[in-house]
Amino acid sequence: MKDKIAIKVDDLTVAYNFKPVLWDVDLSIPEGVLMAIVGPNGAGKSTLIKAMLDIVKPIAGTIEIFGKPYKKQYKEVAYVPQKGSVDWDFPTTALDVVLMGTYGSLGWIKRPGKTEKKEALEALEKVGMLEFRSRQISQLSGGQQQRVFLARALVQKASIYIMDEPFQGVDATTEKAIINILKELRKSGKTVVVVHHDLQTVPEYFDWVTFLNVKKIATGSVKDIFNDDNLTKTYGINYKVSLLQ
Amino acid sequence: MTSAQIEIQLIACIVAVACAIPGTFLVLRKMAMISDAISHSILPGIVIGFFLTEDLNSPWLILLAAFSGILTVVLVEYIQKTGLVKEDTAIGLVFPSLFSIGVILIAKNAGDVHLDVDAVLLGELAFAPFDRMIIGGADMGPKSLWVIGIILLVTLTLLLAFFKELKISTFDKQLAATLGFSPVIMHYGLMTVASVTTVGAFDAVGAILVVALMIAPPAMAYLLTNNLKKMLLIASGFGIIGAILGYWVAHWLDASIAGSITTVLGVLFFLIYMFSPNRGLISVLYRQKRQEVEVHLLTFLLHLQNHSEKSERHINHLNEHINWHKVRAQSVLDLALKNNMITIDDSIISLTEKGKTFTSEAINYIITNKSAAIEEMKDRFFLFRG
Repeated sequence: MKDKIAIKVDDLTVAYNFKPVLWDVDLSIPEGVLMAIVGPNGAGKSTLIKAMLDIVKPIAGTIEIFGKPYKKQYKEVAYVPQKGSVDWDFPTTALDVVLMGTYGSLGWIKRPGKTEKKEALEALEKVGMLEFRSRQISQLSGGQQQRVFLARALVQKASIYIMDEPFQGVDATTEKAIINILKELRKSGKTVVVVHHDLQTVPEYFDWVTFLNVKKIATGSVKDIFNDDNLTKTYGINYKVSLLQ
Repeated sequence: MTSAQIEIQLIACIVAVACAIPGTFLVLRKMAMISDAISHSILPGIVIGFFLTEDLNSPWLILLAAFSGILTVVLVEYIQKTGLVKEDTAIGLVFPSLFSIGVILIAKNAGDVHLDVDAVLLGELAFAPFDRMIIGGADMGPKSLWVIGIILLVTLTLLLAFFKELKISTFDKQLAATLGFSPVIMHYGLMTVASVTTVGAFDAVGAILVVALMIAPPAMAYLLTNNLKKMLLIASGFGIIGAILGYWVAHWLDASIAGSITTVLGVLFFLIYMFSPNRGLISVLYRQKRQEVEVHLLTFLLHLQNHSEKSERHINHLNEHINWHKVRAQSVLDLALKNNMITIDDSIISLTEKGKTFTSEAINYIITNKSAAIEEMKDRFFLFRG
């Protein structure tokens, strides 16, 4: 067990129209892990990270980022939403979208300048999208759009990265590129939390995992808790790790 | 031109730019209909404001009317949030109710004053120069020029100050929220500007033209550019062109100025919708047609590559074998010939070396799902496009 806690969720309950989608969830995410949140459809995975980001208001419970509420710590957190959450026909370029990641540290009114532009270009290069910087975003493939989103999170220079299904609908090359960057982030001490669908890749990609199905089933290192028992408890049918391969 | 003519055109142009700015963001937020709702539901605000101030250009009246515009937005969102009806239904419920309250208020109380529903809906730009701003006995120009001029100035200042915030909250509301920019504040700020602009402009150009000026120019700009700043500039430009052209059309037809400007905007939009180089209907259809023919060409080449037996490559067997009409088979054949992909020898079709290379490369890209590479390859191989 690592010592410092990056995100601490206490007794969290979230309901939509009085129907709980998350029920009494307790969760401590140690600093410096690369963690997958897994669970069936409707398990509340996206809701959990949206609650961490203060986008969804819980009906009970608290969330702390490095010991303080999100509102005081938002500069420590970078969020990569689902690709489908924005309108890709918006009149803007890849570089401009990445620049939006710098808006948080700029604050109100101040405009991005040369330094921000340089950082944005570096982030684009890191995700292998430099040559597409002037491309209108609707002209990018799904994988390229996801990489632009990742670059936008990178320029936020946060300590915690929270991502909602970054591998959905992307090609194999993009998936490799993204996971390599996430592993690099972990190496440099960042905490990465990913809503993930593909159980098969969990042991290969992640070192920490949380099983979720409205309630928290288990959380811990992949080595210790990624087993038949927890898979079955989460997905409700007789699941076996060996069947995933 | 007389000075009244110049003043009218100036007012129309300023209204056009003041509308194009919030309009651009409304269009991008897919909220165009809310401007229609606001333009109608400001009526009760105007009526009550008029009873209190007896002056259609009073700042109090403008604020009160703008408040009823914002009330519309709040009510629409409240009804929608209950989940019982959808947003478009909510809009359709709210603004006629507020509008009709205004109509009843006018009918009951304002029979003998200068305020009627027609004036609010259609405005009369031609009368704008008669209502002068007199300060200390000096004529400072038409009142409505001052009202809308100040509104434009405030709008521009807000746009310059909060451009980044407007952009991010329009493109990605959730990111805006997580970065500490309140999308709610931006949303209501934009709605306030849209409401104030509508109220400030209705006296000069009427509520219906306000809607046309808010939506049509940004919609045209959207079809022409991929850059938000340019979209704002182009939208303003089209607003101005529509205003001036519309004025002279009205002059020539001896018709309503507001009506003529709206008509001109409609015609302009139609032209751009048809002829815009990238997103226009004609270029979209042209591209689709071309791609269709080129897909058929590739299918045809693949067939040739897969079959060495002569019976499969006979010119007369083509329509039977790959099930095409004569016309299509002929156009595909012509395209392949023109591009030196095939040769025809005694009614038997064979791939040329170029045709073989093209087909193998194309298969490779199709298998690995690289559509951009295929387009690039077409540019390299084709002498003539489909």
